[in-house]
Amino acid sequence: MLRILVTRLALGVTTVALVSLLIFAAVEALPGDACVAVLQRDAVGVRLENCRRDLGLDRPAVARYLDWAQGALHGDLGRSAGSNAPIAPMLAVRLRNTMLLAGCALAVGVPLALLLGILAALRRERAPDIIASLAGIIGMTVPEFVSATVLIYVFSIWLGWVPGIVMADSAAPLAAFFPGIVLPVVVLTMVMTAHIMRTVRSSVIDVLASDHVQMARLKGVPEHRVILVHVLPSALLPAINVVALTVAWLLGGVVVVEKVFNYPGLGRFLVDSITERDLPVVQAIALLLGSVYVGVNLAADLLTLLLNPRLRSRQSGA
Amino acid sequence: MSSTEPLIALTGLAVGLRMRDGGVQPLLRGVDLAVRAGESIGIVGESGSGKSTLALAAMGYLRPGLVQTSGTARFAATDMFSPAGRALRGGRLALIPQNAGQALTPTLRIGAQIGEALRLHASLPASEHPARIVDLLAQVRLPTPDVLARRFPHELSGGQQQRAAIAMALAGDPEALLLDEPTTGLDVTTQAHVLELLRDLAVRRGLAMVYVSHDLGAVARVCERIAVMYAGEIVAQGTARHILRAPAHPYARALIAAIPRTDRASLPGAIEGRPPPPGGAGIGCAFAPRCPLAAEPCHASHPPLIAAPGGGEVRCRRAAEALALPLAAAPVNRTARTETAAPVLRLDALAVRYREASLADRVLRRPPATDVVADIALELHPGETIGLVGESGSGKSTILKAIAGLLAPASGSLRLGETLLPTRSALRSPAARRVIQLVFQNPDESLNPRHTIGDILAQPLGLYFGLAGAALHNRSTALLAQVRLGPHYLDRLPAQLSGGEKQRVAIARAFAADPDIVLCDEVTSALDVSVQAAIIALLDTLRRERRAACLFVSHDLGVVRALADRVVVLYQGRICEAGPADAVYASPAHPYTEALLDAVLKPDPDHTLRLLASDIVESGPPARGCAFQNRCPCPVGEICRTQTPPAREIAPGHTVRCHLH
Repeated sequence: MLRILVTRLALGVTTVALVSLLIFAAVEALPGDACVAVLQRDAVGVRLENCRRDLGLDRPAVARYLDWAQGALHGDLGRSAGSNAPIAPMLAVRLRNTMLLAGCALAVGVPLALLLGILAALRRERAPDIIASLAGIIGMTVPEFVSATVLIYVFSIWLGWVPGIVMADSAAPLAAFFPGIVLPVVVLTMVMTAHIMRTVRSSVIDVLASDHVQMARLKGVPEHRVILVHVLPSALLPAINVVALTVAWLLGGVVVVEKVFNYPGLGRFLVDSITERDLPVVQAIALLLGSVYVGVNLAADLLTLLLNPRLRSRQSGA
Repeated sequence: MSSTEPLIALTGLAVGLRMRDGGVQPLLRGVDLAVRAGESIGIVGESGSGKSTLALAAMGYLRPGLVQTSGTARFAATDMFSPAGRALRGGRLALIPQNAGQALTPTLRIGAQIGEALRLHASLPASEHPARIVDLLAQVRLPTPDVLARRFPHELSGGQQQRAAIAMALAGDPEALLLDEPTTGLDVTTQAHVLELLRDLAVRRGLAMVYVSHDLGAVARVCERIAVMYAGEIVAQGTARHILRAPAHPYARALIAAIPRTDRASLPGAIEGRPPPPGGAGIGCAFAPRCPLAAEPCHASHPPLIAAPGGGEVRCRRAAEALALPLAAAPVNRTARTETAAPVLRLDALAVRYREASLADRVLRRPPATDVVADIALELHPGETIGLVGESGSGKSTILKAIAGLLAPASGSLRLGETLLPTRSALRSPAARRVIQLVFQNPDESLNPRHTIGDILAQPLGLYFGLAGAALHNRSTALLAQVRLGPHYLDRLPAQLSGGEKQRVAIARAFAADPDIVLCDEVTSALDVSVQAAIIALLDTLRRERRAACLFVSHDLGVVRALADRVVVLYQGRICEAGPADAVYASPAHPYTEALLDAVLKPDPDHTLRLLASDIVESGPPARGCAFQNRCPCPVGEICRTQTPPAREIAPGHTVRCHLH
């Protein structure tokens, strides 16, 4: 068990290191650099050289990578090319906002998806299953900007129950994001529920058909206990990985939703930085998102290992 | 309740399979069965006869898709299909499942699963449960019960899992047990131990038992009465003696004749045809289409259950004539082989290990892993069949894989005729690959489900002989004819064939390459006895007609007896004994061979088993000394622990590796 843990951790760290190298190389390969982007038309002659010297861009790429990597390890992600402000605090506040949004969406979406998946499996090919599956597919296929627009129209413009956009500043206290956060959470929940639900449904159906469930029933175990004790622990294992992917997606990939609702999260920060060609910020966000992906998947693997006795045993059985 | 009142009573019980069109196809057709307290009854029949459905229905449980169409199932006068009956499940009436490895919940510890049964059915304060769990595990003779209670199911061996399942059934203090093939899939010696345990429990606790099995030998060991099922109804029932000694139903006699024997070389008798599918039994006797005695009235109307001439009851109009049908196949005469021809295959000091020493092992100077298979020497002569026998983990399949080139041996050599064979199949010449062909255990997995039988046979024919077009078609048809299948099978997919037919195709594919050596890996163990008998007969004919040498791996000593000229007995990847089949079976020289033969079940109510004192399952061979040292009933002394016994020839061609000799 300890051995697996150490191996997985080492693999995760290596992956993050490779990702950082890749990001740095990709940014290097872009035509122009931060100075060219910031100075624009003035990017010639002495001003360009001065700027490059100030930002240290005249040094060899390897040295700059090592500098950057070392800084990143200590939480120093450099300075923004646009505002010359340190990147780390800006990023921290955006990450906080994104985590709030993702956290709310997960808190609503995951239990809902699990519940619907289990219900669909137990009432297989009957009304609850068909309705849940249909709703899931619709939620998954309708693009976020469409559902967002419809929701804004119905609930904020027509009914006036909740605000249509988030007015809070990025550094505002978390409480300021409510109730504006409600509609973005609903949109994200709609998109993510279907995947998790379908995985849970099919794995619950598989486990229900297994010998040990029949045995539990013949042992006289009441049906609710059969589901809770004999079905769910093994049936929910495949859901862990799907939830992990969802978490990673929520933390990095919800640009459209953030844009539509004017939510000051990481995704919008990334898109804005790209537009402004603020390469140090782009680099820092990319590194953060890469680490999040690796971290979340690592956590999912370890959780699976922890919950599945067959994977963490000392000896393999007969 | 008086003791004459039946505990389990099925009356006219009929169960059907609901089809997509809403119709119901019968699986159980009006079964009457009464089991009194303390009585044990065996239900035997081939797969699809409805015996498992019957056992589960006695608990009021039907698999999804099945419906009760008429009749009742009562336990102690309670309708088992009512809520009151459901409350008895797992308590007064408990099930011991077929495959305990799959029937135990993988995410719960053994103790927790037994504890659950205690909570549901035992009137014991919760504080006493832990002690009771350990007590139950000790009652089923598990070593270190307190440790095993904390284990997960997959950490136990197959025999231990089965015992844990028995302990779980005993937790509710049952009056009756339903056993659904409880020892199928276990090794012979483990099976014998589990059967002894069940017999003992039944007597000590006065349990009634309904024992469902395809194995008449197991039933003979445990049950006083036997009922034979065919196509969803009981066709013969009576005391074990009635059914096993003088069965009056042609099907019961054929089933007994299909069991391979270890006492003499004989080809077990196959039953032609196959059982009807659900709903296909027709109006007459369901067995009539396969029956050698069937006459006009048999096809015309359904025979009633009448008193049998030899005792018991039978559902046959020609019961008197049936008594004259043979109960055992005639012995075949294996002419003693004069080994003048050079061997076609020779293994020298072959060893296989699964894990090579890693860098970390070398740095830390860990001792090298013990070879799973070591020091295998074997000579296979043209046209000869060698049987490799041993329990699971004995390395018999590993040796076949090494010969086939699927697994590289760690050391030793393989010679085909005079030439040294490269260890990996990929490095061998096409000609060398052609002469060695493999038939696998499970045809469901060894035949590509998306290829037609024609495609499957075309592969070796195209690969080795470049056949195409009409020549290919003719050759494929001829091959199918050799395995007794018609040409119309060429266009079918494996899923459209029965298990026996699929295995015939797998055999045809192996013989398509016109091999000198056929490696058979447990080729009959997934089949019913009657189908197994047909496959044995087929292999016997083919290897004689084609003069192919055969390495036949099986855990079933009876099947090996039917086919093998010579036998090699393996334990933990080491050869214990090798010699002519007649000599090894008649006078086994190695204690392990003797233990194996003593544990073989026979369809004879008077046959008793002799068991090894210990029923341990070893996870690997010991680092030094004799492989069998930990289980040997008659060790010589310290030498068994320190020195590997050398091969000694005790008779011409009969070698033993034991310090006793």
